Amino acid sequence: MTDQLPALIIVIPLLGAFLTPLIGWHYKNLCHTWAVAVLIIPFYGATGILWQVVTTGPFSYRLGNWAPPWGIEYALDHLNALMLVIISAIGLLAAINAKQGVSNRLAGKEPQFYTLLLLQIVGLMGIVITGDLFNLFVFLEISSLSGYGLIAHGEDGAPLATFNYIMIGTVGACFYLLGVGYLYIATGSLNIADLAAMLPALYHSKVILVAFAFFTVGVAIKMGLFPLHIWMPDAYTTAPNPVSTLIAPLMTKVAAYILIRIMFTLFQPDFAITVIPVATILGWMSVIAILAGGLKALAQTDIKRMVTYIMVAEVGYIVMGVSVMNRMGLTGAILHILNDACMVFSLFLIIGAIAHRGHGRNIYHLNNLHKKMPLTMAAFTITALSMCGIPPACGFFSKWYLILGTIKAHQWIFAATLLTSSLINAVLFFRIIEQAYLLPISNSEHGLGQSHEEVITANEAPPSMLIPIIIMAATIILLGPLSGKIITAVIQHAVPVIF
Amino acid sequence: MLEYIISKYNFWVYVILMMIGLYAMMGKRNLVKKLIGMNIFQTSIILFFVSIGVKKGGATVPILEGLGHGHEHHLINVAHYLNPLPHVLMLTAIVVSIATTGVALATLILIYRRYRSLEEDEIMLIRREETTLRETR
Repeated sequence: MTDQLPALIIVIPLLGAFLTPLIGWHYKNLCHTWAVAVLIIPFYGATGILWQVVTTGPFSYRLGNWAPPWGIEYALDHLNALMLVIISAIGLLAAINAKQGVSNRLAGKEPQFYTLLLLQIVGLMGIVITGDLFNLFVFLEISSLSGYGLIAHGEDGAPLATFNYIMIGTVGACFYLLGVGYLYIATGSLNIADLAAMLPALYHSKVILVAFAFFTVGVAIKMGLFPLHIWMPDAYTTAPNPVSTLIAPLMTKVAAYILIRIMFTLFQPDFAITVIPVATILGWMSVIAILAGGLKALAQTDIKRMVTYIMVAEVGYIVMGVSVMNRMGLTGAILHILNDACMVFSLFLIIGAIAHRGHGRNIYHLNNLHKKMPLTMAAFTITALSMCGIPPACGFFSKWYLILGTIKAHQWIFAATLLTSSLINAVLFFRIIEQAYLLPISNSEHGLGQSHEEVITANEAPPSMLIPIIIMAATIILLGPLSGKIITAVIQHAVPVIF
Repeated sequence: MLEYIISKYNFWVYVILMMIGLYAMMGKRNLVKKLIGMNIFQTSIILFFVSIGVKKGGATVPILEGLGHGHEHHLINVAHYLNPLPHVLMLTAIVVSIATTGVALATLILIYRRYRSLEEDEIMLIRREETTLRETR
């Protein structure tokens, strides 16, 4: 049974997705319980796989027992296993959180919603676990298609945002597919490990250069790297809250994973330094992404849109860590994938809870929220401190490694950008904290002096929303002190040996 | 030069189709035309993949020349059979492209119900008017 875990964690949510409409046919209320129950198994499986990888080292699973170059292989190493745990944990919590939001906004559409949610998680897990380039494309499209379906359910303007997302996302996936085709012409193989052994002899062939360029552009579109991010703010802002809570933290991080996989496993690291200067290009693009994302976020009054622009900057962080090409930088980038997934997830959970209690998303309408929703705002403060990089929370540690990496690479402008971005984040979040905690009641636009007792009664979100928020706040604090352990146990094995 | 182009004409056709698709996606103002552009773009990649599996000179599908029990199966000469893998891959890619088109058409229906138009300019105009209305209120 445990030998088959790599296949089961993909197959069980997939079968679960197909059974959801059947269950929802008569019992719409059962869908939520069913989805949560199904998602516990991948979480259990992913932690089991991570444990196995940490104790006995990387292994591979052969589907149908066909040997790798011909059959499809699930290659599991430290980076994979960590990503699997992140995706399955966030997927499980997002499914728990979705209950209230779905019965509010999408009443009667529960079967459709949970089917797509399960398919989304299947797609993301598949991207991460597979060791085959074409298989990765198929899973990429599974996750993208279910994402389009989920986002289109949103508020006014969501269908238009979805249509733009479909257009741009398809171009990204097609570029990726072209890259696969070029590699296939040159080598006749689709298996990542097989290709990695064959490619070094061909590094100066133009076909390989073009393939690498197509891969990078395609993945950058899916990741939302700055000039290619235009689909992201609209799509994630207009999506229903449970949907953006699920997709926003995961989709960009998984695309960043594909970039790391292509740059460091499929190609050798020195390909991106010596053969074509893609590392330099990505580095400067990430500088622009961090600054532009931060500045655009400053201009927003809608808190959800603000967070999506912060995500543009956070993608820049990860790409910067990849682009400096040393051990510190890549450690920071992988650690930031973990930390940022937690922080963005926590922010979207909180936005969902605030919206559920009808407080809207305008920053200037959040007065005295610490009295109305004390636990939620405490969690928000923790996340905000982590985003700014204040030590006990996890955000500090990944930024620390990123800055060490840029200093080691003698890229002083990169280091300055990271520090500036932390300052911008501080301004962004303390603007909200000030509104929520510090403004006196008499200053509030809504006070009107009619019923002060009503204003200060605590009115928290229901438990299905509050519990994930508290779990994530605790995780964010715990990941900080634990990051040393995570690095020695997992991340340092995921960094290529050459560094 | 001409010989160079003609000898690799399948790649030229795929590039030209891809550019037509990209132009339609970016240049056209009608959302259905954009969608058709996306389809042309995907189809060009299918053409590219299928054409790399082609072999001239009477090559056919791979057939194992089995000699019955006890004897080893052996393949016929490599030059005489086509590589089926790109075609099989493209079956999957066609399914993906159909699914994408379906989802995109469904969103187009939603957009049309909301704005009663599929022209990008008109939709943008309606959206701008609505935002100014909301702000003045």
